[in-house]
Amino acid sequence: MTGIGVIAGLTCREAARRRVLAAAAVLGGAFLLLYGFGLHMVLASLPAAVARQVLVRRQAVVALFSLGMYVVNWLVVAITILTSADTIAGEINSGVIQAVVTKPIRRWEVMLGKWLGFAAMLTGYLLLMAGGMLVEVRLIGGHTPSDVPQALSLMWLETLLLLAVTFRFGASLSMLATGVAVFGMHILAFLGGWVEEFGSLAHSQTAVNLGVLASLVMPSESLWRRAAFDLQGPVVGAFGRGPFSVGSVPSGLMVGYAALYGAAALGLAIRRFSRRDL
Amino acid sequence: MQNAAIETAYLRKTFGEKVAVRGLTLEVGRGEVFGFLGPNGAGKSTSVKMLLGLVAPTAGGALLLGRPLSDREVRRRVGFLPEHFRFHEWLSGEEFLRFHGRLYQMPRARLDRRVPELLELVGLADHGRKRLRDYSKGMLQRIGLAQALLNEPELIFLDEPTSGLDPAGRLLVRDIIRAERARGATVFLNSHLLSEVEVTCDRVAFIKHGEVLETCDLNKLDAGGLSIVARVKDLPAEALAGLEAWAGTVRLEGESLTLEIRAEDAVPEVVAYLVGKGARVYSLHSRRASLEEMFLRIVGTEGGL
Repeated sequence: MTGIGVIAGLTCREAARRRVLAAAAVLGGAFLLLYGFGLHMVLASLPAAVARQVLVRRQAVVALFSLGMYVVNWLVVAITILTSADTIAGEINSGVIQAVVTKPIRRWEVMLGKWLGFAAMLTGYLLLMAGGMLVEVRLIGGHTPSDVPQALSLMWLETLLLLAVTFRFGASLSMLATGVAVFGMHILAFLGGWVEEFGSLAHSQTAVNLGVLASLVMPSESLWRRAAFDLQGPVVGAFGRGPFSVGSVPSGLMVGYAALYGAAALGLAIRRFSRRDL
Repeated sequence: MQNAAIETAYLRKTFGEKVAVRGLTLEVGRGEVFGFLGPNGAGKSTSVKMLLGLVAPTAGGALLLGRPLSDREVRRRVGFLPEHFRFHEWLSGEEFLRFHGRLYQMPRARLDRRVPELLELVGLADHGRKRLRDYSKGMLQRIGLAQALLNEPELIFLDEPTSGLDPAGRLLVRDIIRAERARGATVFLNSHLLSEVEVTCDRVAFIKHGEVLETCDLNKLDAGGLSIVARVKDLPAEALAGLEAWAGTVRLEGESLTLEIRAEDAVPEVVAYLVGKGARVYSLHSRRASLEEMFLRIVGTEGGL
């Protein structure tokens, strides 16, 4: 078990040393700055009559928070795939892995150690971004949205799922092919989500089924849509739908499926890496 | 009886249709410095990778220090310098050694002692804080060697340890191999630099198409045959053919007679034969065939593939 810790530690140290963490922090910081500024401007431009109505103002804040989290979600998705696509494929390709796996460590420990290292860093990043947004919304908007922990758990699960899928591809493909494959699958899931939304609006069962099928192929986006539903609060439904609100909500069953999917992807990644020639 | 350091039986690896190693059978004794020779593409690196568990054999089996290849614990007693010396280049030399020491599960106190010791040994004591990315190829080879010696291994694999190195680097490798042998370690040296192997190895295996063609004990004077050059006068022409009873090649140029013989025991017999035929022998030198001559005789001049 110590092998897992050594590899996880090395993974974190590498991200820090190669300034991956710094780049992600700069990107995240820039977004939070921009978001805070935008939030202030939007709330200041509300007509006085609207701004006085506490419920409506709150709802505007909640909607803007959802919008921000939507961007955070994409940011975390991109950072997850971009930073981890190289870790397995790159070390196999360069031969760096050879001196490592010939030590008294099992290959599954190498894989799991790397995965846990990335999972820890990405969890921290997600928490920092969401925490930063909550502080801004509280300070500028004067309101704390509810159901944030639940939505964050779903986004966290989405991150871990994408990480596991990236590892699975990285154990077989080159870095570039891994990145393209995982992004491609996530885009498919994203489009599937919209097809499902429109299908539900237009009462087209075929479109809904297509969307669900896409979510079964890659359940990452369905986790975000469930999180977005939790974030939008109970009142939005009465106002209709916007681009960042959700009508057709993925079920709890889909969340369970996503968790199993992620675990299976990680298991298959480990199995592939353990059996392949290096 | 103590088991061999390495024992393989019909170890085979195919990649699809392509046969990388046809069937490797060899035994390396404890404390030996063993050279693994063959043309490019003969399956040398694939063989080493199979022994270290990097590549799974298609068929056959092997034991490392008496343990099957699947036994990870045996790796605690094995050191490995991979070909090309590619490591985590964002680590400093010292951090790199510590990381690999932790993979060997070496306690901190032992690493505190071992890391500076090894940096000193490979001549990098002043460069321990420098990142590997700023190392030259020779320095990477040195730090790689230090990594292979971290755990004071019983068995050390060196895969092309001197490729592309300057003479100082080669000398270092030679000295380290000698020191490791003196310590009682077994060294498995995969190299195509014959001069390197000739001065360091006790025994060599010549391989081609992933099969051992022949193994030779370099400590024996007549390993791989002897070359005799004699200055002879009055040798009857018909006596030349009779020499083929001992020698593969017989050549007479003026007074200079050159013979390639298999074993040293044939030398007095050849002399007696020459004298018996009425020849006058003025001088006679015998020397072991060079590794290059052996290589060309055993492996041939064509490439492995």
